[in-house]
Amino acid sequence: MFLGPSLAVSAIIFCIGVAGVLLRRNAIVIFMCVELMLNAVNLTFIALAQAHGVAGQVFVFFVMAVAAVEAAVGLAIILSIFRHHKSVDLKNINLLRG
Amino acid sequence: MAVPIFWFFAGVAIVSALLVVLMRNPIASAFWLINTMLCLAAIFFMLDAQFIGAVQILVYAGAVMVLFLFVIMLLNLGRGESDFKRIPVWCLVAVLVGILTSQLVPLMSYSRERLAYEYTRSPLLADPAIVFDSLVSPARATLERGVPGDLAQPLFTQYIVPFELTSVLLLAAIIGAVVLAKRRI
Repeated sequence: MFLGPSLAVSAIIFCIGVAGVLLRRNAIVIFMCVELMLNAVNLTFIALAQAHGVAGQVFVFFVMAVAAVEAAVGLAIILSIFRHHKSVDLKNINLLRG
Repeated sequence: MAVPIFWFFAGVAIVSALLVVLMRNPIASAFWLINTMLCLAAIFFMLDAQFIGAVQILVYAGAVMVLFLFVIMLLNLGRGESDFKRIPVWCLVAVLVGILTSQLVPLMSYSRERLAYEYTRSPLLADPAIVFDSLVSPARATLERGVPGDLAQPLFTQYIVPFELTSVLLLAAIIGAVVLAKRRI
């Protein structure tokens, strides 16, 4: 049930997340958009697990663990960037610009 | 009855996801992201993933978003100047995301029959009832073993090694976060 509609909804949410990553300059909001994309992929896994077996739900479990790890380490990195630059705006963080 | 409920939560999730991107204030973005996650949890409940839905509310909408709000508070990012990129970038992103969306949204017509066909690669055998009968569907596993049991059985037998590796990953993340965020070690 709802296999196709769930895939379409998760595709739309994933695309909104991609747009957010490309449109914003605030590092924390970009991070939130990445979480949005991870959530959309989780919805795909759950929808296909309905037909294909419970292993998809196990994989969502691992995705959630990795997302929590990524949030903790990423936010720590943002904190230490803020200490150096006094800003989390990516236009001020251009040390690697060619 | 299930169909309008599904579309209600799907619509609210999509609108909140849009508002996450479009809100200028990061705190407003964070709250709309919590709303998106709660709506997705409701959809998970409808797709026979009750335990994952509960974990979604506890871990994502609870723990991860509290972490985000804490960092926003620590950095005092209330309402600064707009952090959107310039108009030419918007046009480029609109084209890119439009292409991506137009490729992905036709998945709307995806069905169990097509999944069975792609699984077996033969049009003769592609009857979903036969193909997926050997695989344990979440609905049947819940009937047999209960809500946490249907997930626990594969997690602690077939996927025990990745599960243990996750604990190592979490330990590394704890140490890494402390090392990165501390001023002086």
